[in-house]
Amino acid sequence: MSQSAAQAVPARAIAHVEGQHHPIKLYLIVWGWLFVLSTCSYLVDYFGLQGYLRWSLIVLFMILKAFLIVAIFMHMAWERLTLICAILLPPIAVLVFLGIMVFEANYTFFTRLAFFGTGS
Amino acid sequence: MADPLPTATGATFTRPDGWAGFTADWASDQRAFKSASWGKAMMWIFLLSDTFIFSCFLLSYMTVRMSTTVPWPNPSEVFGLELGGVSVPLLLIAIMTFILISSSGTMAIAVNYGYRRERKKTAALMLATAAFGASFVGMQGFEWTKLIREGVRPWSNPWGADQFGSSFFMITGFHGTHVTIGVIFLLIVARKVWRGDFDHGKPGYFTSRKGRYENVEIMGLYWHFVDLVWVFIFAFFYLW
Repeated sequence: MSQSAAQAVPARAIAHVEGQHHPIKLYLIVWGWLFVLSTCSYLVDYFGLQGYLRWSLIVLFMILKAFLIVAIFMHMAWERLTLICAILLPPIAVLVFLGIMVFEANYTFFTRLAFFGTGS
Repeated sequence: MADPLPTATGATFTRPDGWAGFTADWASDQRAFKSASWGKAMMWIFLLSDTFIFSCFLLSYMTVRMSTTVPWPNPSEVFGLELGGVSVPLLLIAIMTFILISSSGTMAIAVNYGYRRERKKTAALMLATAAFGASFVGMQGFEWTKLIREGVRPWSNPWGADQFGSSFFMITGFHGTHVTIGVIFLLIVARKVWRGDFDHGKPGYFTSRKGRYENVEIMGLYWHFVDLVWVFIFAFFYLW
């Protein structure tokens, strides 16, 4: 069914439907930015930044890199909202799981402190 | 984007965009992903399931690291390399990161050349991607060998909390397996591209379906995902 429909579409429309057509330059720019962002996150460790500054910078560079890879390299920016929601919303459940496990890990940690003291 | 679609009467109608398009697509009692073929949609759904697997690994790593009362080994020192008498922190890991990003870059350009139907350039770029991937796995093998020689085991290590070894081997091992499978997958698809299978729609060996250059993009989705996972492993395991 879809095949006969595709045959009825003029060639111009098929070229539009099939595949992603973007200039190579776009990929080279994203590639360059990924290098810059990776260098930045490496420098966070190289200069030995600590505490909240370290963690927030690591997460910031990580999210920017992930965004570039998913949006441009994986072409998510050009997909329909339906697919974007189907793929990108379910991982929110991971954040809920993260919250639960932070709570659980703190509980285990304080239980260990209470029963064994430090150093075991 | 709004695609003009043919109808039986010859008139064209335009799909609504945004939220109106979202509800119309899901409510239409037919295939929901209008712009993605079944192959691409299935790859995305597989990658979503893989996301949950890697999330569980990283969350269990977080849980054991937060709940241990023993200090966690300092990854900056553990993964440092001696270079001309100076110890550089995380050197090998940084090189591995740049290699994997470069492989993602060559893969993205390979997909682009595929849709331009330049099969030799596509195949060459895919082979370059596979070579980057193979060197990544090689470096990981070097890193594992080095750490095992230094006494890291899944149950103990010389520097601190015992859980370090099990988290390290589990997370990097599973990621390395994905890279290895990706390299094999790349070589198979690159061979098909080189032979011109996608130019004359030669049926695939297992599926008997006609291959298209979209197969290169679907392969690319898997490869970019492997790179994406490394972004998170690099941030949470090596830098944290």
